[in-house]
Amino acid sequence: MMRITLNGENREVTEGHSVSSLLSDLGIPAERVAVELNLKIVDRQAFTGTSLCDGDRLEVIGFIGGGKNDDDER
Amino acid sequence: MNDDRLTIAGIEFHSRLWVGTGKYKDFIETQKAIEAAGAEVVTVAVRRVNITDRKSENLLDYISPKKYKILPNTAGCYTVEDALRYARLARAAGISDMVKLEVIGDERTLFPDTAGLIEAAKILVKEGFIVFPYTNDDPIVAKRLVDVGCPAVMPLAAPIGSGLGIRNPYNLKILMESVRVPVIVDAGVGTASDAALAMEYGADAVLMNTAIAGAKEPILMAEAMKHAVWAGRLAYKAGRIPRKLYATASSPIEGML
Repeated sequence: MMRITLNGENREVTEGHSVSSLLSDLGIPAERVAVELNLKIVDRQAFTGTSLCDGDRLEVIGFIGGGKNDDDER
Repeated sequence: MNDDRLTIAGIEFHSRLWVGTGKYKDFIETQKAIEAAGAEVVTVAVRRVNITDRKSENLLDYISPKKYKILPNTAGCYTVEDALRYARLARAAGISDMVKLEVIGDERTLFPDTAGLIEAAKILVKEGFIVFPYTNDDPIVAKRLVDVGCPAVMPLAAPIGSGLGIRNPYNLKILMESVRVPVIVDAGVGTASDAALAMEYGADAVLMNTAIAGAKEPILMAEAMKHAVWAGRLAYKAGRIPRKLYATASSPIEGML
């Protein structure tokens, strides 16, 4: 097992995960999200080829309802 | 009105009412309101995906990017660095190169930090983004934003979500005359007459969220806004009569007994 930080939460995942295998394990469709690994954006084309390491910080973002600076949306 | 299209950065926009997707009861209501508004441009926020609830629904299942032009915003960003990060993530999500750039200066007013806004806009334009900057009603700042490559500007009418309407119509008019790019009045609209006024002043479009989502009947208000924006646009093109202090009779005097 290895420890990663996923969207700000500590998680233990099995070793050997790539970005795309993790997304698919989480049930997150890859088409509409962006991924940031240790503060660097991972190109969509590189999801499969990017493997995760112990201590990685991963952010998976998408779009939600928002007009402008909606405090209640944060 | 079909020939009255707005073109920005080579993109044709078919509706002059742009809407946000925040503060609705649910996605169904969001969808219905957008439809009633006849909007084509729809703003969305960039946030962490829910990783714990697999069944959580996606806004874009209701607001299809095939049907609508999705305009991601950098709402909630208080620094240039954050705004750049959110904008880049939004683009990486693969839907659009457009970004509604917000660099907020203050929590209470949510007024833009215009110095940060110009700085962030400059960087993003160089990276190939189509930047729609949320700015204040300062004509000079608007000019600076155009100078750094913004193809349109989005001045506020009043603070975000305030519903106060157009607080500074003369500044807004000067701003519209100061820049050659389209002006989209953003934030502060409270009801239909505010939207109509903005269009009568010569705005190219109006963007709103709370005025619709926060109304007692959001879908009805969305429809009202559609007509208001349209009416305001037509009145602008028709050209209003000058204001005069005294009466001028409409009926002829000739032929009176």
